[in-house]
Amino acid sequence: MNTLFEYLVRLGDDSLILGHRLSEWCGHGPILEEDIAMTNIALDLVGQATSILKYAGEVEGKGRSEDDIAFLRYEREYKNALLVEQPNDDFGVTMMRQFLFDAFRKPLFEQLTQSSDEQLAAIAEKSLKETKYHLKHSAEWVIRLGDGTDESHDRVQSALNDLWRYTDELFFTDEVDADLEAKGIIFSSEELKASWSEMVKNVLNQATLTIPDNGWQHDGGRRGLHSEHLGYILAELQYMQRAYPGMEW
Amino acid sequence: MVNKERIWELMEEVFDPEVPVLTVVDLGVVREIVKIGDSWKITITPTYSGCPAMKRIEDDILEKLAEHDVHNVSVELVLAPAWTTDWLSENGKRKLKEYGIAPPVDEVDKSVLFAEPPTVPCPKCDSKHTKMVSQFGSTACKAHYQCQECMEPFDYFKCLK
Ligand SMILES: [Zn+2]
Repeated sequence: MNTLFEYLVRLGDDSLILGHRLSEWCGHGPILEEDIAMTNIALDLVGQATSILKYAGEVEGKGRSEDDIAFLRYEREYKNALLVEQPNDDFGVTMMRQFLFDAFRKPLFEQLTQSSDEQLAAIAEKSLKETKYHLKHSAEWVIRLGDGTDESHDRVQSALNDLWRYTDELFFTDEVDADLEAKGIIFSSEELKASWSEMVKNVLNQATLTIPDNGWQHDGGRRGLHSEHLGYILAELQYMQRAYPGMEW
Repeated sequence: MVNKERIWELMEEVFDPEVPVLTVVDLGVVREIVKIGDSWKITITPTYSGCPAMKRIEDDILEKLAEHDVHNVSVELVLAPAWTTDWLSENGKRKLKEYGIAPPVDEVDKSVLFAEPPTVPCPKCDSKHTKMVSQFGSTACKAHYQCQECMEPFDYFKCLK
């Protein structure tokens, strides 16, 4: 197995699928500024996916472009974490999902700037600058909503209760991670989780929210086993390329 | 035969499609021009990962050079070192302000939650009595502000480091 290709697809699919989810808010944001914010973040994420999947295609060496990889795979070949494919629901759910993800991506990109793989380090350095903006935005909203009205508090608490079971998966490791860690291409998942936990606890505390104590956690996205939501995302994401193969504009 | 200085001069005639008052040199997007044999290699870097203008900039560079009979050109996109607003030229900052976009000012670390947004002087009346409306604006590189003195809503070319 080409472990670097596999890892890049996981990393790129997280950006691609969450970017697509956020783009669904275009024209539906609760206020104009948030409509623009979410679509800007979506644009950053799709841009990151472009760089990552382009590099994945080069690493694979089979002549696939970033577009081929993004638009012409089957569901089982997508390796994003289950968290990012969860539905937008209300604005509170979207911000909670975003915060749990941004709090993971910031320390991840910080680690990857030290990667022995130069191109991955370059992508991480670029993406890190954007992710800092994203994290500030989502963390401030989680605090504002959690420590807001009874209604907003209850809604984000319920969002946290529903999404918490998808968070452990962000830190699960397998033979792909072990191989790349041995080569100095990626770094310790435990350290990553420690940074994430510290950030998450701090923000949820300020937001007066309670971390649910459910022990059971979902798993499967990194192996291509998805929730029922991904199929619907792909139906929309891939529509043009499936209906008009090879279409360009 | 054109030399490198001439190519740099021609780059000063290629404008950013989203902020058309700036050239790709003002913006710091053109990183390097090198001659390899009979051909030229021009290295560019994106402002933001998802910057939709990069393909257009690449095409505009090739078109500008072709107008001046320079044909053996390749444009390469690199990500490292990552673009920063520090690369915006002084000339570029002045042109931005004249155009009505506030140029970047030094900002505190973005990891500080609820930190006071930077004080950005109004590009119209120079008042420092302005407020941030949204940290995300009309394009990835801008935030949205409003002047409390003359009431002008304006774009701020946000600091990226
Ligand atoms: Zn003013």
